[in-house]
Amino acid sequence: MATRRLTRKEQMQQAILYPVDWLEERSGLVGAVKYFLFRKVPGDTNWFQTLGSATLTAFIVQALTGTILAMYYKPDPNSAYDSIQHITNDIWAGWLVRGMHRWGASVFIILMFMHMGRVFLFGAYKYPRELNWIIGVLLLASGLGEGFTGYLLPWDQTAYWATVVGININGTAPFLGPFLAQFLQGGTYINADTLSRFYAIHMLMIPGAIAALIGLHLYLVIRLGVTSPPWSKEAAGTGPLDGETPNGKVGRAGLSRFRRGR
Amino acid sequence: MTEPHDDHPHVPGPSLWPVGFAVGIVVLLVGVIISWWVAGLGGLIALAFAFLWVRDLTAGTPLAHAPEVAPETGGAAAADAPATATIHEDAEERYPRSKFLELSTLGLGGVIGGIVTAPAIGFMVAPAFLKQGQKDHDLGPISDFPEGKYVIATYMADKSQGEVSRRTAFVRYNGQLKGQPSFTIISNHCAHLGCPVQANGPLDEKNTKTFGDVTLIPTVSIAGFGCPCHGGQYNTEGNRIAGPPVRALDRYAFSIRNGRLFIGKPFSVSHVDGAGSSAVIHKWAFSFPGEHVNGLESWLYPIQPPH
Ligand code: HEM
Ligand code: FES
Repeated sequence: MATRRLTRKEQMQQAILYPVDWLEERSGLVGAVKYFLFRKVPGDTNWFQTLGSATLTAFIVQALTGTILAMYYKPDPNSAYDSIQHITNDIWAGWLVRGMHRWGASVFIILMFMHMGRVFLFGAYKYPRELNWIIGVLLLASGLGEGFTGYLLPWDQTAYWATVVGININGTAPFLGPFLAQFLQGGTYINADTLSRFYAIHMLMIPGAIAALIGLHLYLVIRLGVTSPPWSKEAAGTGPLDGETPNGKVGRAGLSRFRRGR
Repeated sequence: MTEPHDDHPHVPGPSLWPVGFAVGIVVLLVGVIISWWVAGLGGLIALAFAFLWVRDLTAGTPLAHAPEVAPETGGAAAADAPATATIHEDAEERYPRSKFLELSTLGLGGVIGGIVTAPAIGFMVAPAFLKQGQKDHDLGPISDFPEGKYVIATYMADKSQGEVSRRTAFVRYNGQLKGQPSFTIISNHCAHLGCPVQANGPLDEKNTKTFGDVTLIPTVSIAGFGCPCHGGQYNTEGNRIAGPPVRALDRYAFSIRNGRLFIGKPFSVSHVDGAGSSAVIHKWAFSFPGEHVNGLESWLYPIQPPH
């Protein structure tokens, strides 16, 4: 078979695309990522619909900064406070990473509520997206759990007494409350095991659950598509059909959304 | 006939039953606080409406089921499948081997999973159900406690855990009662949500005594106890006089050995009548802060974990 020699330019293109094609041929991952980034969304999606992705970004920041903090933090009653001081005052950029994690925690929670508010106000929780709302509620509860367990870790007076009060609020829940409180502190009082317990819950259990739930959440977002805003002419059937925007282009998720400059 | 995969949303039709169900749940929850009769009534209402609701939901067109996944047959055979497959299905119905394998895989997997996870989960939740064990702790000779005055005692409940196990108690010697020394030992855990209550009054810190892990700070005279968190106030017997706490301050049992005071197990107190050695203490099982030990609301905490 006679094969044409490739030109220099074609050869260079080949060299760049080769690894991508190699990956695609063996996993189909490139196609999957393209499908995710360039899937169709209604042409009149709104900036408020980026709040979910913003929440996701906040979670990723928490996961990364948290992992780095874990390299220096010591979850032991005798050294936890000192290790936090060490991170803040001695380690290069430690104050920055700690600050990102501490303030980012609030950002994450606030964004979750804003995203939830937009879903509620857009009525985007309705059929067939009820299940995604339920998964969202689980995410919200897990996120608040992260806040509660993380607050103890600096092991200073505020952390300690806020946690005492928090655990005892759990204890006042009817019927199972007393058991829940004793489970949380691993005994009748806060003791040497409480801190490592909270640490394990904070850095392993809940983040794992959140990551898995986000996976399900996004699967449903992709499977069901996102909703149009409630004022959408398109969704009401009085606008251009089939994802055509007024200026005749097809709306897309991902990068191309920014290029449309609406 | 509707297609199995039609485009109609399968939303439940308009129905009032869920409203009745919600009302039933509310009545049940209110009943838990007010009276078991009302709770029972609420439960019945909820059950009845749940039944009607489910009947309503299941009466309409059934939801589309997920399509069955055909079991894989051997590679070569599968290629010229259709004809052979139909013949197979016509053959007499019997309990197929694949069904047996499927069930035994699920069953065995479940058993193995259970054996592996049960101890691990038990290990995690055990503290909620096991007795925690509190050892008596030596607070020194009873002559260190002047009659009628509170001494603030702090000590480590478990030396192997270090400072995190430090507890504080207010100890008052009440003189002799029927030839035995009488003490009032009040816990510093606020009965609202557990913040450390403080003695309301001047301390006599010059005369602080320290031995081992025990520190004893005498007080000059105190008018009761106050909580820094949400302003709960208690009198000198630990009775609540203001603020959000739901009962009196917890107390500790005590014993005297060789003229030394040993602090024992904590217990909860609803209120105290009288004062000093002649006080009548209304004792209850040790409970977490914020939990009612008597009255209607105590029904919300029918069992306490072993402490
Ligand atoms: C870790 C927290 C969360 C992350 C990372 C997250 C992420 C996302 C993303 C990226 C989307 C795509 C559409 C958009 O951005 O608006 C989305 C949609 C959605 N989210 Fe969340 N979410 C979180 C929490 C929640 C919560 C707390 C709720 C509600 C209780 C919720 C309910 C929904 C629903 C119903 C949709 C579908 C909306 C539509 O299709 O228009 N999510 N989520
Ligand atoms: S904890 Fe004492 S008043 Fe709230």
